[in-house]
Amino acid sequence: MTTTDLAAPAGNGFTGVWRRLRNFDLGDSVAYSITLLAGTGIFILVGVLLVELWLNSRLARHEFGWKFLFTSIWDPIAQHFGALPFLYGTLVTSLLALIIAIPLGLGTAIFLVELVPAWLSDWLAFIIDLLAAVPSVVYGLLGIFVLVPIIRSGVEPFLQSTLGSLPLFQGPAYGFGFLAAGVVLGIMVVPFIVSVSREVLLAVPQEQREAALSLGATQWEAASQVVVPYARSGIFGSIFLALARALGETMAVTMVIGNDPSIHTSLFASGYSIAAVIANEFAEATSTLYIHVLIELGLILFGLTFILNALARLLILATVRRGTVRP
Amino acid sequence: MKQSLCALFLAILAVAGCSSKTGQSSESTSQSVRLTGAGSTFVYPIMTQWISQFQSAHAGMQINYQSIGSGGGIQQVKAGLVDFGASDAALDDKQLASMQPMIQIPESAGPVCITYNLPELKQPLRLTAAALSGIYLGTIKNWRDPAIAHSNPGVTLPNKTIIVVHRSEGSGTTNIFTTYLSTVNATWAKNVGQGIAVNWPAPGSLGGKGSEGVTGIVKQSEGSIGYTELNYATNNHLPVAMIENKAGKWVTPTSAGATAAIAAFTDALAKDVRTPIVDPPASAPDAYPISGFTFLLIPKDGANKSNREALKAFVQFIITTGQDQADSLDYSKLPDSVIQLDGTLIGQMTAAGQPLQ
Amino acid sequence: MTRRSVTNVVMLTLTGACALLTVSVMFYILGYLAWHGASALSWNFFTKLPAPVNVPGGGMANAIVGSAKLLLLACCIGVPVGILAGIYLSEFAGHTIASVLRFTVDLLNGVPSIVIGIFAYTVIVLPMHTFSTLAGGFALGIMMIPISVRSTEEYLRAVPSSLREASLALGAARWATITRVVVPAAFRGILTGVMLALARVAGETAPLIFTAFGNNSWSHGWSQPTASLPFMIYTYAVSPYDDWHRQAWAAGLVLVTLVLLVNIVTRLALARKMPLSR
Repeated sequence: MTTTDLAAPAGNGFTGVWRRLRNFDLGDSVAYSITLLAGTGIFILVGVLLVELWLNSRLARHEFGWKFLFTSIWDPIAQHFGALPFLYGTLVTSLLALIIAIPLGLGTAIFLVELVPAWLSDWLAFIIDLLAAVPSVVYGLLGIFVLVPIIRSGVEPFLQSTLGSLPLFQGPAYGFGFLAAGVVLGIMVVPFIVSVSREVLLAVPQEQREAALSLGATQWEAASQVVVPYARSGIFGSIFLALARALGETMAVTMVIGNDPSIHTSLFASGYSIAAVIANEFAEATSTLYIHVLIELGLILFGLTFILNALARLLILATVRRGTVRP
Repeated sequence: MKQSLCALFLAILAVAGCSSKTGQSSESTSQSVRLTGAGSTFVYPIMTQWISQFQSAHAGMQINYQSIGSGGGIQQVKAGLVDFGASDAALDDKQLASMQPMIQIPESAGPVCITYNLPELKQPLRLTAAALSGIYLGTIKNWRDPAIAHSNPGVTLPNKTIIVVHRSEGSGTTNIFTTYLSTVNATWAKNVGQGIAVNWPAPGSLGGKGSEGVTGIVKQSEGSIGYTELNYATNNHLPVAMIENKAGKWVTPTSAGATAAIAAFTDALAKDVRTPIVDPPASAPDAYPISGFTFLLIPKDGANKSNREALKAFVQFIITTGQDQADSLDYSKLPDSVIQLDGTLIGQMTAAGQPLQ
Repeated sequence: MTRRSVTNVVMLTLTGACALLTVSVMFYILGYLAWHGASALSWNFFTKLPAPVNVPGGGMANAIVGSAKLLLLACCIGVPVGILAGIYLSEFAGHTIASVLRFTVDLLNGVPSIVIGIFAYTVIVLPMHTFSTLAGGFALGIMMIPISVRSTEEYLRAVPSSLREASLALGAARWATITRVVVPAAFRGILTGVMLALARVAGETAPLIFTAFGNNSWSHGWSQPTASLPFMIYTYAVSPYDDWHRQAWAAGLVLVTLVLLVNIVTRLALARKMPLSR
């Protein structure tokens, strides 16, 4: 066993593993086996999870096929199921969340990185991080009793009187609905955008800023035209991360979205989301097909969040790597 | 710092460990029986009373009832995850055939009230069957609609959109309500139908989780209308609508109105206790037209003898002493004929194939 | 002032406003919870069982104990697996295996919590024929794994390789190096990761709905349905009863206080050694 081997413990592939196994003493192989067991356990766990979900949704796939995704009927009596209202609700609320969270989060991140001293930035970022630690059911609680009344009697009438000509802002003010769910989600994902964006902005080499400023750029110009573009893939990463989080969110959404499987253009209307319908109906799905339909919805949700998470990680990694390579 | 963190962590573990131990030690002090039930939110208010009385009379018995909706009750008892289910939607023979042998015991009855949130209104709203179906079909959208105004002469109805509230999960209350709508409205029967969960036609309605959720939304949203067991409305000081019955009389939902509806169906109930008691004939002028029974679903057989005996005792308590408080909680007392039937049904309960004493 | 410098001032002020808004949302949430929750908090809240419907009073003692038991179980499942797999990733795994495992952990991290609930229902609740603390704790434990793995690996990697080399040069075996040198050096970080993972799952409701279920009374042992704080908040919040709303606020305050306390304490502890932002 050489020291170079130790300094870079990962990197030898399978052959390396076997060579090391041969050289190990008993304690080492025990330690190796135990930790390997834990790692294998995770493989098995995820494998079983995927297989369970896949097998337990097969009836729904056989019965409805791809058109499941494009059907908007949800009729448990007649056993007609379509995922469209839930996909729609999930996407609309998540996009709404991003529309709120991106400017807010990015603005905050720029402020924290470019304008305040490091110690204050650390503290503020820490406080904002705590927003991510507040349980989602507590957001739901605040949503029902604080946000919904405000939206019903304040925000929705205001939007209707100013932007009421748009189909997005028409109809009666329910309070519960896409808008409420979007706002709650927006607040919930802001900390993700702030903390990751801040990290990637911090990773932008100081020279970039200095170069822009020395060319006569104002601080805002340096930030918006040099620093942010430099870190843009990382910032996109933070947005995907936030989106993935918003898609899978269950409790806060089900408490304020109105739980009605229908599709409306108006943001004031009530809707449903994938996670919310599983939470509400899984315990009582009386036929096997019904259960399989709900599990297939779970699989769809899983697929969506996984793709977004993977994209996010790749993008963030790309930026942070680029930023840290400096003399 | 490391030590203190470690200590904190250990302390949390210790607290958790201790508390679970306290739980266990109290278990060993009394030979206890624990039952889990789930289902109907319709019956939940009276069920919690029954449980608390039964438990105080029988030390060591513990009954956990979760109001997850009748659909959940049916499914969980079918899956064998709870000792008993409760549903306001009786299972038909086909559903029963798909489960292990099951006993359905009518345990209470009551009115499903139509509650609403219109602070401007000083007297109770009057709704015809047509108006109510129109609202839930989505064809009547505003409180000023002539179909509503016509039956409320002299009342200034607000110019507000009607916010329709329904259940978000499978519900026996929904079953009673949609059975009523299907009976009184052909369009509803054809396009929507009846059941514990339906495809709600009114655009932009709100779904509440459980009777609790529906009542909660109605309580909070001005201009809304919803349906729940009467107890939820009275206890939350919400107004309830008078409904026109077949005799042409305006009836306020009361336990007496539901009792009258039961009486009107005596013969049919004697044949099959699952007969819906909605929209009773004109010969019952005092009957409230949207009422229903609520049923306990109990597997005929179970492995654990002491659990089964406890369950039997609990059901026995419900159909005897338990009936006394029905009235005060806005439920109807079961008629004697049904109580007799229940007695026979309970006799069919077995433990590991052996009849219970 | 030129247009450019006006834009500069306006835009920078706007970013400041964003930061102010975000930070004040946190304080608003805390303040609102404290205001509404504190008035409903009483000794009864911690010692009494929930009262029947329409009967005032009662508390959430069973939910507090239930949550503690669920978290204890989650730790028993999530912590060993998470830490050991983290050690494996950092100390043993070859490049290929490491990236596959990391990918798997990410996959697990991306599973929505409600889906974890479905999984625990199918593999624990259905075979056991009962809802149980065990199933709920299992679901929460799974959710702890990815966070613990990643943070353990990260902090182990931050241990300088010179430490490992020194230990090996003194003749220590590899396992001894790991258990006596590397892990202790990263102990604080690992513990932080575990605590943060615990704080995260403490507030989870979705995976408990059809695993731990609910209970109006004490749950004995591990194989019975149990109440938990987040689930009680949910059921009480959507109910119409004012008394239940008050209790939901109190429970929300208790839960948030605990979760934030863990976050603050662990991060402050970490800050002594490393800057807040790594």
